[in-house]
Amino acid sequence: MTNNTASNYPARILEMYKTMTLIRAFEEIAEEAFDAGLVNGSIHQYIGEEAIGTAVCANLRKTDFILSNHRGHGHAIAKGANPEAMMKELLGKVGGTSGGKGGSMHIADFSVGMLGANGVLADGLTMGVGAAQALVLRNVDAIVTVFVGDGTTNRGPFYESLNWAMIYELPILFVCENNTYASSTSTRKVTAGPGPVARAEAFGMPAYDVDGNDVREVDEIASKIITNIRNGGGPQFLHAKTYRIKGHVSRDKMLYRPEGETEANWKNEPISRCADWLIKNGISEAEINSTNASAYKEIRDALEAAIAAPFPDGKLAYKDVQDLGNRYLGEHS
Amino acid sequence: MSMITMTQAAAVREGLAEEMRRDPLVWALGEDLSTAHGGTSADQYLGLIDEFGDKRIVNTPISENTIMGAAVGAAVAGTRPVADLRMADFGMCAVDELVNQAAKIRYMFGGQARVPLVVRQAIGVRKGGAAQHSQSTEAWYIHTPGLVVVAPATASDAKGLIKSAIRTDDPVVYMEHKDLWLAEGQVSDNPNDLIDIGKASIMRQGSDLTIVSWSKMALLSLQAADQLKSEGISAEIINLRSLWPWDKDTIYKSVSKTGRLLVAQESVQVAGFGAEISADISENLNHSLKTYVRRIGAPRTPVPYSEPMENEYRVTTTRIIKKAKELFSAP
Repeated sequence: MTNNTASNYPARILEMYKTMTLIRAFEEIAEEAFDAGLVNGSIHQYIGEEAIGTAVCANLRKTDFILSNHRGHGHAIAKGANPEAMMKELLGKVGGTSGGKGGSMHIADFSVGMLGANGVLADGLTMGVGAAQALVLRNVDAIVTVFVGDGTTNRGPFYESLNWAMIYELPILFVCENNTYASSTSTRKVTAGPGPVARAEAFGMPAYDVDGNDVREVDEIASKIITNIRNGGGPQFLHAKTYRIKGHVSRDKMLYRPEGETEANWKNEPISRCADWLIKNGISEAEINSTNASAYKEIRDALEAAIAAPFPDGKLAYKDVQDLGNRYLGEHS
Repeated sequence: MSMITMTQAAAVREGLAEEMRRDPLVWALGEDLSTAHGGTSADQYLGLIDEFGDKRIVNTPISENTIMGAAVGAAVAGTRPVADLRMADFGMCAVDELVNQAAKIRYMFGGQARVPLVVRQAIGVRKGGAAQHSQSTEAWYIHTPGLVVVAPATASDAKGLIKSAIRTDDPVVYMEHKDLWLAEGQVSDNPNDLIDIGKASIMRQGSDLTIVSWSKMALLSLQAADQLKSEGISAEIINLRSLWPWDKDTIYKSVSKTGRLLVAQESVQVAGFGAEISADISENLNHSLKTYVRRIGAPRTPVPYSEPMENEYRVTTTRIIKKAKELFSAP
């Protein structure tokens, strides 16, 4: 468990600051690449929500699994995926995390336990409980974390999965990142009842509210409940309140937003808050600046490498469909 | 090792049990798997809970999305689940998890993962099943890249195919026929006897006409062949067993010999798998055909309930015979 009075505590938070900054740099530079027409698709940015994935994954091991949603860049970086391979994937280049087969919405790195971002909401939940069941069956000492958004709490599989996790007492953490918008709809306007925590509690699941823009608070609660899950405490639910600074997707002009809302929420964004705390707790401004510079340099270099990387051979479209039936894929001659 | 008489439901159960004994990573999940009869109607899982326990024979809530999704997650995470959706009609509740996830994960993640799962979805008209308990949806999944689709006709097929399905690293849709669960047949008790996916069986040799079929229609086609024989027509009956991939070599060879092809399917004929077989043979074996390819399948209506309407809907032996004879009248 996190001991926030320990002498190395500021160093722990500085590590999280580095991860959050790397995610922010990735998202900003990916947007530049998108605007420059380099991304053969769209991107869903995690700007403003970095503290949640960062602090949760800081409490996970490489052998633990995470499942993400469509907004998966931050989760992947926090779990240890290589940003350069991710940038190559966005550009559809050789060396991409999925060899250019998936793109932004299907970022995955199984080598670090990141079992995939996903284009269908709530499917991470049903697959997550199954992955947890597999860990139990294989007697592996690891846990599963599933990241979902507030909008997904209105899909049926959300309820099936929470019920399922409880009846089989699975080692799983559900993290609901409440960024207030379900695509372009205000989630409050389409959601009955008091909210995600009450919904989780209806299944008898321990559920916690946290300020998702405070990396230290997320870390403290995540540390406690992840330890609890590892010790056989069963499924737990973390509801992290945050705000989606960017649109749902890179093409979103955000015409549905009240004037001034984004600016007001920007004042509460997690990276500046974390920097303020670090400076008050013995980390020099110079170190913060150098952390920022090195994160942006790493991602700029990643983009340069991605631009320089070759495109895959088009014929690779026929690879990795399935083992059986490969004679009959109907290739164009 | 010897041949034993058993029902198809028992044959699948034996095949599953053998694979579970062989590989501790094989497990099954679905509704009613560990209740008194191990299944709602045909004892498909009878006794398995006692041998393998509730971590490997997992009795689930009525949560089709999660039955299918959990199977996908568990397959990706290193196990080999057999998910039972009980009927293809209920399988529709979980098309998303099967089509968007199971079929796509290997591909969209660039080969980082495999999805070795089997999903059992029983098909076919069962007397009085009506619109939501009698559908045959194999074409939906044959149409989906990434999936393997098999449909056994005999008890021997049923056992050999479930074993191969469990051992393959691809997601397999295993479509047994509800009306054949209690049909008996001869089954090998050798745990090493498998049926290769993609290999059809020639149920009867013939020289004048090839009838390609699968599932229960293969058995009706065999009956039709008896009648046709008494009328001087020698029909070769091919039981596909595996629908994707399908055994083109065996069919090409047969049609090259007979020059006539009829495809008999129980599912709706329009845009069914028979259309694909028919088009493929027309495109590739036109020079061998003595007449154009015929198909027989269900009309494009929901399955009706009342017996006279249900009988009107069904593809029967008589209808197969009638259609077969058309290939010998004027081209």
